[in-house]
Amino acid sequence: MKSSEKTAYYGIFAGLAIIMGWVEMMIPIPIPVPGVKLGLANVIVVMAMYYFGNKTALGISIIRIIISGLLFSGFSGFLYSMAGAILSFTVMVIAKNIFKFNIYSVSILGGICHNIGQIVVASLVVKTNLSIYMPILIISGIITGALIGIIAKNCLNHIKR
Amino acid sequence: MKKRDLILIFALVFIAVISYFVFTFGKNDKGDVAVLIIDGVESEKFSLSEDIEYTIKNGDNYNVLKIHDGYADVIEADCPDKHCVNQKKINKNGEKIICLPHKVIIEIRSNDDNNIDTVAN
Repeated sequence: MKSSEKTAYYGIFAGLAIIMGWVEMMIPIPIPVPGVKLGLANVIVVMAMYYFGNKTALGISIIRIIISGLLFSGFSGFLYSMAGAILSFTVMVIAKNIFKFNIYSVSILGGICHNIGQIVVASLVVKTNLSIYMPILIISGIITGALIGIIAKNCLNHIKR
Repeated sequence: MKKRDLILIFALVFIAVISYFVFTFGKNDKGDVAVLIIDGVESEKFSLSEDIEYTIKNGDNYNVLKIHDGYADVIEADCPDKHCVNQKKINKNGEKIICLPHKVIIEIRSNDDNNIDTVAN
């Protein structure tokens, strides 16, 4: 891929990730627990991870968080997403490159760690132990992570052609 | 699906189930008081046996706490995500309603717990 092509692709992916985050805000979640999220933007990050590589995916993820923090969620939302994203990204890279798990498992681990990262920051913010939500965060992470893995895998099949 | 992926997923589900039992163990008893915690500081206690409506003010923000029929519930708030309003009413030991943007927590405790705390203090 030429560098100008790369720039265009990265831009499209970052833009898609931001839009996904915005779409997610329109979708109400039936579980009112802090930290539970659909993580639609993670579809793009997982795809970038497999399509371009880890470094690019990290860049796209960080750009997304900064821009959607500026646009929608404000500073506290930025902190939560940053904590969730960095933890989930680290775990996803380890799962993908060291343990060689498949895309579904990588995405499930990412979903769980995203939720855990958010609840850790939330615990720090309210200065109270919120670990009571851990089970529900793990279970919702497994479900949303599996969905995101399936979506990312199917999209990748299409753009690889 | 490779074998290791299946093992991973089973392990995660197992961890979730175990953690569920660990975190909810001994928390099925009904509590007696709703403790209001603002920014990590306990500010007020409400008995669950008395019906009351109380407006929690923290700066310019507000949450309306309602205690009725032995349950504590947040019925109104001006926070952006409204998680605190959407959370179910609570009456069991250790259950919490949380409003993250306002740093407000309502936690159910029993009087026994308080006695233990005083002894420990």
